[in-house]
Amino acid sequence: MGPASTDSPRMLADSPHSVPAIETRGLCHSFGGGEAKLEVLHSIDLKIERGEVIILMGPSGSGKTTLLTLVGCLRSVQTGSAKLLGQELLGADERHLMNMRRHLGFIFQAHNLHNSLSALQNVRMGLEVHGRASLKQWRVACENTLKLVGLGDRLHYLPGKLSGGQKQRVAIARALVGNPDVVFADEPTAALDRATGQQVVSLLRRLADERKTTVFIVTHDHRILDYADRIVRMEEGRIIDSTTAVQDLAE
Amino acid sequence: MTFVLTWLIGRLPIGWLQLQHNRTRLLSAVGGVTFANVLIFMQLGFMGALFESSVKAHRSWNADIVIASSDFRSIRELNPLPRARMFQALAVDGVAEAECLYVAPKTWTDPETGDTTTFRVTGVRPDAHAFKDERIQSQLHLLREGDVGLVDEGSRQFNPHISENIARDGVHQVEIAGRRLELRGLFHQGASFDADGALVVSDQTFFRMLPQFRAGTPSFILVRCDAGADVERVMADINASFSEADARAFTMEGIVRAEQSYQRRQTPIGFVFSFGIVIGFIVGLVMVYQVLTTDVQDHLPEYATFKAIGYSSWYFLSVVFEEALSLATLGFFPGLMISLVLYHVAAEATALPITMPWTRPLMVSGFTLLMCTISGALATRRLAQADPADLF
Ligand SMILES: Nc1ncnc2c1ncn2[C@@H]1O[C@H](COP(=O)(O)OP(=O)(O)OP(=O)(O)O)[C@@H](O)[C@H]1O
Ligand SMILES: [Mg+2]
Repeated sequence: MGPASTDSPRMLADSPHSVPAIETRGLCHSFGGGEAKLEVLHSIDLKIERGEVIILMGPSGSGKTTLLTLVGCLRSVQTGSAKLLGQELLGADERHLMNMRRHLGFIFQAHNLHNSLSALQNVRMGLEVHGRASLKQWRVACENTLKLVGLGDRLHYLPGKLSGGQKQRVAIARALVGNPDVVFADEPTAALDRATGQQVVSLLRRLADERKTTVFIVTHDHRILDYADRIVRMEEGRIIDSTTAVQDLAE
Repeated sequence: MTFVLTWLIGRLPIGWLQLQHNRTRLLSAVGGVTFANVLIFMQLGFMGALFESSVKAHRSWNADIVIASSDFRSIRELNPLPRARMFQALAVDGVAEAECLYVAPKTWTDPETGDTTTFRVTGVRPDAHAFKDERIQSQLHLLREGDVGLVDEGSRQFNPHISENIARDGVHQVEIAGRRLELRGLFHQGASFDADGALVVSDQTFFRMLPQFRAGTPSFILVRCDAGADVERVMADINASFSEADARAFTMEGIVRAEQSYQRRQTPIGFVFSFGIVIGFIVGLVMVYQVLTTDVQDHLPEYATFKAIGYSSWYFLSVVFEEALSLATLGFFPGLMISLVLYHVAAEATALPITMPWTRPLMVSGFTLLMCTISGALATRRLAQADPADLF
C-alpha cells in the first residue's frame, strides 16, 4: 500500500486489532554515504501485536534508538519493509509520516517540555495536534492525564519550577493525552527515581491492558523487565533473542 | 491575554508565550520596532511638512483658478507673465473676477536680535478679495497707506516684540531694503523649507521694495469663477484663449499638485526623506530578524518535539508569524506616542507644520506589519533545522 492511499486518522485507529502494531521485514539502515557509509541495522525482522508491551535491550550503540526512530516515523525507511498499524513506511512522504505520528505517543529521554508553557498547556499540546474538534473537553482530559501521572496539584507550574522527575511525568502525560495507538519510550525511567519509574511503567502496562495500547520501550533498566510481555535483545544491529518475560525471568 | 489569544487563533499562542517568557529579548525587539517606527514617523513628518508648507501660500489665496507663467514649476522659481493674460481671462465665459499677485523673496535682518529672516513678500491691490485667509483679507485695507505691511507671526524665530508693539501701538517699524516699513497687522502662515515667513504689502509698496518688478508683469493671476461654473471647463477655455503660450491656467488643486510634485522630484529633500524611511525600515527589519532567529534557534528542541508529535511545518511558520505580529503591535503604539511628542517639539523648533494626519499611523502600521512579516519569513528558514530524529 502506497502513501497515496493514506487512510484518514479515525479509520486508522479503527483498523482491526488483528493487524500487528509493528511489523518489519529485512529492515536495514545506514548512516553517512560513500566511503564513510556505516550500516547500523542489518535485516531486522520484528513483529509486535496490538496491546503488547515489549522491551528492547542491548549494549550501547547496538541500534536500538535507530530502530525506534524508524518504526516511530521519525526517520525515513531506506531498505526493507516497516509497517506501522498496517501502513507501509517505506517510501512514505513527510506528510504521510506526519499524519502517522499523530497516532503515536513519544516519551523522550530528554523531556523537551516547552519552558514558556505551564504543565497543563504542555499537555494540551498533545491534544491540539488533533485539531479543534479534539479541544472540546481539553481541560478535563489534560487534568485527568496529569492526575494519572500524579501531578494533579502542579497543573499551572512552569517546567522551571518542576523537578526532573516531575518534568518527565508531564512529558509522559503529553504523550498519553491523545490516546495513542502505540507509545514509544526511549529510556523513560532514566531520569526517575525507583518508585516513580515503577509507577510510570505500570501505568503503561495498564494502558496496554485496558485500551490495547501497544508499548515499545528501550531501556537498560532491569527493574522494569517484569512489566513486559516480551523482551527483545539486540547486538550490533541484529536481533539476537526474543523471549517472553516469563522465560527471561526464569533464566 | 493568553486566554483571548487562544480563543482568537484557536490554539495556544505559543509565540506570544515564548516572547513573554524572555523579557529582555521581548524588550529589545519591541524597542527595535519602536525605534524604527519613530524614525519612519519623523521622516514622514518632515516630508509631510515639506509638502504642506510649500503650498500654504497657495492655499491662502482666494481663487478657483491660478494663472502662472507657462514654465511654472514652483513658487521658489517664479517667472513673470504678461498682465494682458488677465484681461484675456476676464473675457472668458464663467470668469467673475481676476487679480494680479506679485511674489518675491526678500531678506531682512532684525536689528534687535541680529536674526536674518527670508520673507516671501506678496504684493496685492489693497482693495482686492485675494485671500481666503480671513486674517489677511480683513486687514488688507490697512495697506492703502504706502509702506505698510502685514507680517506672519508664525515666521521662524519670530521676535515677540513685534506682536507686542503692534498690539500696544498698532505699529512696529522696520527697515527693509533701505526703506521704512510699518508693520501694522499680523497673520499666521508659518515657515516653509525655503522661506522663514510671509509678508503681505500693497502692490505699490512691493514695487518700491523690489524695483526690478513692474506692474505689467505679475507672478500670478488669481481668477474666481461665477457661482456654479464648471471650473475645469473654464480653466480649459482660459488656456485656449491665450494668444501666446507664455501663461498657463491651473485649478487650485492643479497648482498645489504641481508645486508638490516639484518638491518631490526636483529637490533633494524629497529623496533624502524617502531614503530615511527606507533606512528606518531596514533597521527595524534587521532588529526584529535578529530576535526572531535567536528565538527560533533557542526553541529548536521544543519544535523538534512538536514535529515528532505530529505538528506540521505550517504550525511553526504560524508561530513565528504570531511572534512577528505581536512585536509589530507592541512596538507600534509606543512608537506612535513618542512620535507625537517629537512632532510637537520639532514643530515648535522649526515653525514647520509637522502634524499627524490620521492616515499616517495606518500607513506606518502597514509598514510595520510588512517589516515584521519579512523578518519573520527570513527567520523561518532556521526551522528546517528542527529534526525530530535527533531527539533521541
Ligand atoms: N545520526 C547519526 N549519524 C551517524 N551515525 C549514527 C547516528 N545516530 C546513530 N549513529 C550510529 O549508529 C549506531 C547505533 O546507534 P543507536 O543510537 O541506535 O544506538 P543505541 O542502541 O540507541 O545506543 P544507546 O544505548 O547508547 O542509546 C551507533 O554506532 C551510532 O554511532
Ligand atoms: Mg539510544
